[in-house]
Amino acid sequence: MRFDNYRTDGFYDEMFESDGIPRAGVEPIIETINGLRPRDLKRRQRAAEYALLNSGNTFNVYGAKEGAEKILPFDIIPRIVPANEWSTLEAGLKQRIRALNLFIGDIYNEKKILRDGVVPEEMILGAESYRKNCEGLRPPKDIWIHITGTDLVRDESGTFFVLEDNLRCPSGVSYVVENRNVLKSTFPNAFRTMNVRPTIDYPDRLRRTLRHLSRKSNPRIIVLTPGVYNSAYFEHAFLAQQMGVELAEGRDLVVVDDELKLRTTRGFETVDVVYRRIDDDFLDPRSFRSDSLLGVPGIMDVYRKGNVALANAVGTGIADDKAIYAYTPRIIKYYLDEDPILPIVPTYICSDEKERQHVLENLDRFVVKAVNLSGGYGMLIGPKSTAAEREAFAKKIKANPRDFVAQPTISLSRAPVIAGDRFAGRHVDLRPYILYGRDIFVLPGGLTRVALREGSLVVNSSQGGGSKDTWVLSDGGPANA
Amino acid sequence: MLSRVAEAVYWMHRYVERAENVARFVHVNLHLLLDADHHGAGEQWLPLVTTSGDHEDFEKRYSRPTERNVVKFLTFDTENPNSIISCFRVARENARSVRDTISSEMWNHLNQTYLMIEREGRRRRIEDLQEFYTQIKNASHFLVGLAETTMSHNEAWHFGRLGRLIERADKTARILDVRYFILLPGVEYVDSPYDSVLWTALLKSTSAFEMYRKAHPHIHHENVADFLLFDRMFARSLYWCISAAERSMDQITEGMRPAPQAAAELSTLRETLESTDVKSVLANGLHEFIDTFQFNLNVVGVQIHQSFFAMKEAITQVPAQMQSQG
Repeated sequence: MRFDNYRTDGFYDEMFESDGIPRAGVEPIIETINGLRPRDLKRRQRAAEYALLNSGNTFNVYGAKEGAEKILPFDIIPRIVPANEWSTLEAGLKQRIRALNLFIGDIYNEKKILRDGVVPEEMILGAESYRKNCEGLRPPKDIWIHITGTDLVRDESGTFFVLEDNLRCPSGVSYVVENRNVLKSTFPNAFRTMNVRPTIDYPDRLRRTLRHLSRKSNPRIIVLTPGVYNSAYFEHAFLAQQMGVELAEGRDLVVVDDELKLRTTRGFETVDVVYRRIDDDFLDPRSFRSDSLLGVPGIMDVYRKGNVALANAVGTGIADDKAIYAYTPRIIKYYLDEDPILPIVPTYICSDEKERQHVLENLDRFVVKAVNLSGGYGMLIGPKSTAAEREAFAKKIKANPRDFVAQPTISLSRAPVIAGDRFAGRHVDLRPYILYGRDIFVLPGGLTRVALREGSLVVNSSQGGGSKDTWVLSDGGPANA
Repeated sequence: MLSRVAEAVYWMHRYVERAENVARFVHVNLHLLLDADHHGAGEQWLPLVTTSGDHEDFEKRYSRPTERNVVKFLTFDTENPNSIISCFRVARENARSVRDTISSEMWNHLNQTYLMIEREGRRRRIEDLQEFYTQIKNASHFLVGLAETTMSHNEAWHFGRLGRLIERADKTARILDVRYFILLPGVEYVDSPYDSVLWTALLKSTSAFEMYRKAHPHIHHENVADFLLFDRMFARSLYWCISAAERSMDQITEGMRPAPQAAAELSTLRETLESTDVKSVLANGLHEFIDTFQFNLNVVGVQIHQSFFAMKEAITQVPAQMQSQG
């Protein structure tokens, strides 16, 4: 198998400028792969999958029958990001996170941005993700979004756009670390030659980010998981283990004397910082959903009193609302007085009558998304839909316009994957991870998700997507990993 | 450490130890039958079910204790909570819930072993199972080695060891109890070559044959009982298991005042074993002695649960899900 017959088909390709012409810097990996016999390449692909399966790096698909475990399909051809492109992304993401963090602090306190009319007040206060009981809240160091996973896509010109901010409990970073682990043994020589920047220190950086939230010099930090049946349980355990902190479930915790306590073999012990991987709704049955068995009754009171720090803070979902997304360029400008470095995809807000009309008249050209759903659920991809699907969706939009936004379809960039006995281009996105502690850190790498089905634009793991390792190249200097 | 985590590590080790013991005595019985045929004795599969303590369940769901039925029941029957496949399934689920506490190597190993049992085990015919039982025993030993060398010997480690040793003491006691009474009445075999074959099988069922040989020149039933009950150095004897468990208990409870009830019960059990010998045990009835031992061992188990895992007074809600434990 060689790349000789690989076709870019007019898409922006992450590896080739055009048919037969590799992008600058990617030659070593192409030469390595071209130099392998097909069965050796496939053997490496299988070895990588086997390593991931044995490590239990698996996820459960919601609704699938119990015990249905899969590895996230993995393609061993890395996705390469050159140093200059990365430095733009890094600056753009830092700028964006700084502004969104100020925005959240503002809307739960002074609400200046609403008073100044930059964002419509009813859009914030009426949003399902707005948490009234966070009003007046000042989290430690005024940091709300400690961990972010921002979804980026490229269009046919190669421009990166922000597609979605994930400011609640973004998942997937364990794949970044584990995929890298596997790929280092898949292509060690190419890896060394290409000066790939390391991702291995993510857990350590995360731990430092969490420690920053406590006044104590050696705070008790835990990861709070919904439990083994959660689709991302592997990641929760992985991060706890790699950070050397305890992995707790709601039933391990109890509120005693205004403090959060762990039930241990020696009685109750105080917890200072919680990296919680439970959504706001399930965190505290006394404050949010009373039927939740996952959370800890009373934890919100402890949080409001400042006796425990939560990462991410409660209420951050208001800023990754798909309708608020349309205002993010204005939010950046408002708080930082800077132009956004990274553009967003033009977004039509269906609650606006004029914009809704435009969307309804051109449904076949838009991607329509439900504002409050993630994971590729509740979505209409106009160009790939039938007239009947569009008609049904139009009804939904008219019934609940606030629930929908629409974006023009973007011709996503592609990257080569192993498809049977040849290489084929498949659409990809990129999710870098950003930590906000003493300063803002963007992990040089990220999860490249790939729509493995031919022609598909949906990269979500719940919808048949897979992943690739992302190699961010360094600007010269010694190779490190 | 977290009570839930301590409990999961404890049961993870108990279940792997249980699977190892099932694998060993099925394996030994498969071997024994080849010699038994030679001596014209009938097949003896029922005692295996009796030893496992699940004969009621077996009788409900199987017609007769044939080789095929018993092997299936003890090895691949997912409805039997103590079959090898069920033990590893529970061990793996417990391991999954404490992946941050045990080492990655331990988790990988348990995961791999379970996937191997699922994938290959079901396909094999009984004639091909011997290698499988060897793999199961090795998998258990491998886990012990990994715990020994890849995990700090911290509180979690001691809870794991406690679980393993309590399970092991229980299994040695059961095997001795059931086998001893099957073997003993066979007066027609006493001092015959077959007699020694049967006692050898008992020793092999507890992996004791070679070590017994070094301690005693002849295979004699009283010495066999003495070895399995009281030997100070053999790692499957009741005495050894209980006194090693007590050492782990000491580590777990270090500095706790007052010492939890579980620690006191375990010490009493060890003292009982120290204050008697095989002659008086046989004179007063081995079965009665083992019965009392197992009752007290159960009390230790219950006390461990209450002292370290339960925290009853503080539980404010029903746990969302409990791992299956027995």
